[in-house]
Amino acid sequence: MTFELETAISPEKLRRVAIDPVSRVEGHGKVTILLDDDNKVHQVRLHIVEFRGFEKFIQGRPYWEVPVMVQRLCGICPVSHHLAASKALDMMMGVKQLTPTAEKIRRLMHAGQILQSHALHFFHLSSPDLLFGFGSDVAARNIVGVIAAHPEIAKKGVLLRKYGQEVIRMTAGKRVHGTGSVPGGVNKSLSAEERAELLKDAYQMVAWSRDAVGLIRQLFEQNLTEYNRFGRFRSAGMCLVAADGSMDLYHGGLRARDADGNTMFDHFDYSRYWDVIGEDVKPWSYMKFPFFKSLGPEDGSYRVGPLTRVTHCDSIPTPLADKEREAFVAFDGGSSAGATLGYHWARMIEMLHAAECIKDLLHDDDIIGHDLMATGQRQERGVGVIEAPRGTLIHHYRVDENDQVIRANLIVSTTHNNQAMNTAVREVAKQYLDGVEITEGLLNHIEIAIRAFDPCLSCATHALGQMPLEVAIVGADGNVIDEATRDHRGLTRLVS
Amino acid sequence: MKTSDSEASNTFQLDGEDIPFTPGQTIIQAAKAHGTYIPHLCWHPDFRAHGSCKLCTVKVNGRFGSSCTMEAKPGLEVENRTTELDDKRRTLLQMLFVEGNHFCPSCEKSGNCTLQATAYELKMVSPHFDMFYPDRAVDASHPDILLDFNRCIMCSLCVTASSEVDGKNVFYMGGRGLLGRRVHVSSESGKLADTDFALSDRAASICPVGVILKKRRGFAVPIGERTYDLAPISEQPAEQTP
Repeated sequence: MTFELETAISPEKLRRVAIDPVSRVEGHGKVTILLDDDNKVHQVRLHIVEFRGFEKFIQGRPYWEVPVMVQRLCGICPVSHHLAASKALDMMMGVKQLTPTAEKIRRLMHAGQILQSHALHFFHLSSPDLLFGFGSDVAARNIVGVIAAHPEIAKKGVLLRKYGQEVIRMTAGKRVHGTGSVPGGVNKSLSAEERAELLKDAYQMVAWSRDAVGLIRQLFEQNLTEYNRFGRFRSAGMCLVAADGSMDLYHGGLRARDADGNTMFDHFDYSRYWDVIGEDVKPWSYMKFPFFKSLGPEDGSYRVGPLTRVTHCDSIPTPLADKEREAFVAFDGGSSAGATLGYHWARMIEMLHAAECIKDLLHDDDIIGHDLMATGQRQERGVGVIEAPRGTLIHHYRVDENDQVIRANLIVSTTHNNQAMNTAVREVAKQYLDGVEITEGLLNHIEIAIRAFDPCLSCATHALGQMPLEVAIVGADGNVIDEATRDHRGLTRLVS
Repeated sequence: MKTSDSEASNTFQLDGEDIPFTPGQTIIQAAKAHGTYIPHLCWHPDFRAHGSCKLCTVKVNGRFGSSCTMEAKPGLEVENRTTELDDKRRTLLQMLFVEGNHFCPSCEKSGNCTLQATAYELKMVSPHFDMFYPDRAVDASHPDILLDFNRCIMCSLCVTASSEVDGKNVFYMGGRGLLGRRVHVSSESGKLADTDFALSDRAASICPVGVILKKRRGFAVPIGERTYDLAPISEQPAEQTP
């Protein structure tokens, strides 16, 4: 079975527009669009063309090396992989309960990660589209343009991210690719000096995160119809929740709801995730398509990430973020809580939650404790699940009696969202590209839909506007009819 | 010929500085005792010199020589940290890096590794040469020790320590050619589990790189507290480093 606009009936008669690469960071993505002579859209596909390979080349490596090695999957959210792998190997070591210091240091590290990644995603990568307009001048549609036009907004974004990185540095040893979390615990806690240093700005970060929620709300209010309609589609969703149903980004059971909001499973023990999740393959993509087994590959796709987490949880265990959650799900009769761009609103609510968590954890004396490691009865395998900035992240390892990894399976957030992102870009193509002459600004609409889900597919474009891009329109006879290029300086040139 | 002050006493000149020595000491032994760093990998103060890595090469009265094997003599004029010598040492390091599989980002020895620290000291910023990517196995058969041969630099320190201190001869240098030669385990199966190697052996703690590793302890020391986080190898206290 294929989805609407997934596969054209007669592709040989159509011309092809390719956005390649959509990004240069770890998810080397590409979008292809097939159009007929009247520019009617017949096929849209988001391809993630990277070969990850980690599952293979960690085979034979000692298990304690895994949390440090696999985090190299990502330069934006390495902490998520670092912690998911550590959690999986906690289970393999038979550690059922970390020491209070270890768990709180890991939670602090994770909150720092959520804060910095969400700030980067929203301010650096996505805010140019939202502040200047989807099809605005490409020369200014980047973080430098935001700094020039909205210096106060840009400053908060940059400093929020910097603070999150500092939290990571003090808990993991480095801002990117640290070693703080080890199977069974952590290798360091905070010193009193580090705690005091972070506390200096903790309340400012909470205040700025509140401002950020206010900013995205204001943007929705100003553009309500377009934001609610943009790339909108109905979808099932999945996330971790705590035992009481509240949001927990570090640990919990799996909760899934179908597109109508009916609960499919709740508080499901993720150590047997394969009982509820299957992975489908398609001949045109290297990335798998996960699905709920109870619905099958045709109907079982779902989405993960901030929008799902904020709308699926019963509450958020920090007061300011919970208040914003209530406002979000009630806004305009709940319409924005189902919008693709609602991801950004939910993301800012989570950033506020992360800032509140950091503030609270810094006041907890356990974070300067010295009991760092726990032990247990060794198991053959371990599964670790965490809510990464972009969504549910699953790490699964089997380790032999010699301590070597013999099997690994990783289902990353981008993979969970594979079908959802494809559906979103198809909806955008139908809404904006169908039957009109394609321009750079219209193609940016496609990328805006992807950016709502995943910063790794957009950072090259919007970090400094330097993503080289080539779009070629090829006729049925194979000749290039038209092409557009964007060079390393971000300058777009239409050839014809 | 005029007799200099250093010829009259037991001192020699190292980069213009007077270094005292006792008769029988090599240049590197005298330099280390004085607190002066001469880059090296296969030499260790507890063992006889091996003279194979050539990183400790200095210029003695204008001629190249291994400071780990050349005896200190009164009046020698020795060049050590010159641009010419450090350039050659950097090239030797680059060859060592490309001959093995040295992935510092995920290596638990990172921050405590003599090879890595020496590369930082000599400002090596790239491997320069094409990587060999040799196919080398990991021996995880021993309950307490893991051997990752990907990182072997053929210093032979484990061979010497096992033989001369532990009296076990667990290791030997074997194989031929650039891709084949490395340290091997001398059991019939070739597996460490089939030897009497023990965690308490001197050879278990002698490896300057990440070949001989104590199991289940990786990354226990946080970044910032590892040996070479605290000071570069040339500024380490004499008792801290080989």
